[in-house]
Amino acid sequence: MEYFLQQLINGLSLGAIYGLIAIGYTMVYGIIGMINFAHGEVYMIGAFVSMITFLVLTMLGGIWLPAALLIALIMAMVFTCIWGWTVERLAYRPLRGSFRLAPLISAIGMSIFLQNLVQVLQGARVKPMQPLISGGFELMEHDGFTVTLSYLQIFIIILTIVLMTVFTLIINKTSLGRAQRATEQDRTMAALIGVNVDRTISTTFVMGAALAAVAGLMVTLYYGVIDFYIGFLAGMKAFTAAVLGGIGSLPGAMLGGLLIGLIEAFWSGYFTIEYKDVAVFSILVLVLVFRPTGLLGKPEIEKV
Amino acid sequence: MLKFDGVHTHYGNIEALKGIDIKINQGEIVTLIGANGAGKTTTLMTLMGIPQASKGTVTFEGEDITHKATDKIVSNGIAVSPEGRRIFPRMTVYENLQMGAITTKPEYFDADLKKVLGLFPRLEERIDQRGGTLSGGEQQMLAIGRALMARPRLLLMDEPSLGLAPLVVRQIFEIIKEINEQGMTVFLVEQNAFHALKLAHRGYVLVNGEVTMSGTGEELLASSEVRAAYLEGGH
Ligand SMILES: Nc1ncnc2c1ncn2[C@@H]1O[C@H](COP(=O)(O)OP(=O)(O)OP(=O)(O)O)[C@@H](O)[C@H]1O
Ligand SMILES: [Mg+2]
Repeated sequence: MEYFLQQLINGLSLGAIYGLIAIGYTMVYGIIGMINFAHGEVYMIGAFVSMITFLVLTMLGGIWLPAALLIALIMAMVFTCIWGWTVERLAYRPLRGSFRLAPLISAIGMSIFLQNLVQVLQGARVKPMQPLISGGFELMEHDGFTVTLSYLQIFIIILTIVLMTVFTLIINKTSLGRAQRATEQDRTMAALIGVNVDRTISTTFVMGAALAAVAGLMVTLYYGVIDFYIGFLAGMKAFTAAVLGGIGSLPGAMLGGLLIGLIEAFWSGYFTIEYKDVAVFSILVLVLVFRPTGLLGKPEIEKV
Repeated sequence: MLKFDGVHTHYGNIEALKGIDIKINQGEIVTLIGANGAGKTTTLMTLMGIPQASKGTVTFEGEDITHKATDKIVSNGIAVSPEGRRIFPRMTVYENLQMGAITTKPEYFDADLKKVLGLFPRLEERIDQRGGTLSGGEQQMLAIGRALMARPRLLLMDEPSLGLAPLVVRQIFEIIKEINEQGMTVFLVEQNAFHALKLAHRGYVLVNGEVTMSGTGEELLASSEVRAAYLEGGH
């Protein structure tokens, strides 16, 4: 029971991180109907930039922790937003209207370029970092096993809830959100009522990138080690999460992320850590076979 | 107010408009009639910049808008109720009307909304219903209402009567007349040539991407060619 609870906590924290990345996939898919295969690298940059920021701040003699977190977050967001914007400008926009696979190929090209750039600049070895936020609450103890909820996990879960709320409000209640939904539902008509479609699509890439930056920061704090290749696997899992939840659906992406995190935590906890990725992707296959629209993506009944 | 000068429009290799000249004066209702595939929708869409003319110029209130971005053209004061209505299906009636107003100042919104709902009381009853679940006629009203929310000086309408019951068609034509009398210029594309020509001050006949005839509504209604080609079998 205690062990179960601990895996639940771990799974939810991990799932929150996947969920944040998954939102970037789902939003971009919603608006242009394509997967942004350069999105995993956004998260990787977020992780690197936040780690470098922490190292620099420590070298400068340390700084109050909340301020350090905020500075790292802002730095990570600035870099990832630039990257997200650049990907849209270089890989997607010029190829809009050409055959469907072309932008995917150029996006994969851009992510390989970025992986190698980071590898050259930062080296291929994993980068370790001292834990910044340590300690936590001991929830219960039984037979020598203690269930802990670390401060970091609380930080991750609360920040995720806040961001989800803000994003849901943006999409549902602001004129930017309405422009995004209009572009998603009928791009030509959106232009015909005066939406700047290009700018709306760019903004969507940037918003997704900002969330991936947060995920990058979280993973740096959570694991303390990163390398230039983390974007690929996390990207694939977050993509799986987006599909699992129903691609195009914001709550779906979060739900998918949480499920993936839980599956991973429980599989590693009860079976073997080696096959946790196999477990994750097998679930994806099962969902796609039995419920191809994902958990929350429902086929719309429409008269058009 | 609006002028097409030798406008050509291509879809790939297909030349859909072959050098058309059309002029619309402030305060007029001008109609464009023609058979299926003549290029009526293309004319309206070229004016909006999707696709842009490959040759010739489109001028609106003295400004060359041939190569302007679509959203900027809307901001200039042109709104469109497009072919096929194109309501945002997963937005409510209210949100669709809100979308229509994105180029206008927020302080106009409440009054404009009231006006549009006054013209189409049916929309008020269904204000929270999703666009995609409205009936065809309700969608048409919403498409027109959404265009009106942009406070256009020039309103483009592509076949507003398509698929509607005769009573609703009459209502919609009444409304076009009413908003025109309040000062809005209307460019109306119609299959329903009889009604359109009765309503319009002037009209153009489009055949295979070329303007073959133009004149006042009465003149065109009286012309034997028009009668033979577009009014056969009455109305
Ligand atoms: N996107 C497109 N790609 C290729 N050809 C097109 C496209 N849109 C229209 N066309 C062609 O251009 C010509 C004019 O089409 P348009 O839609 O303007 O006709 P229309 O007069 O509006 O006809 P209808 O009364 O049927 O609506 C047609 O031959 C049509 O096949
Ligand atoms: Mg047409």
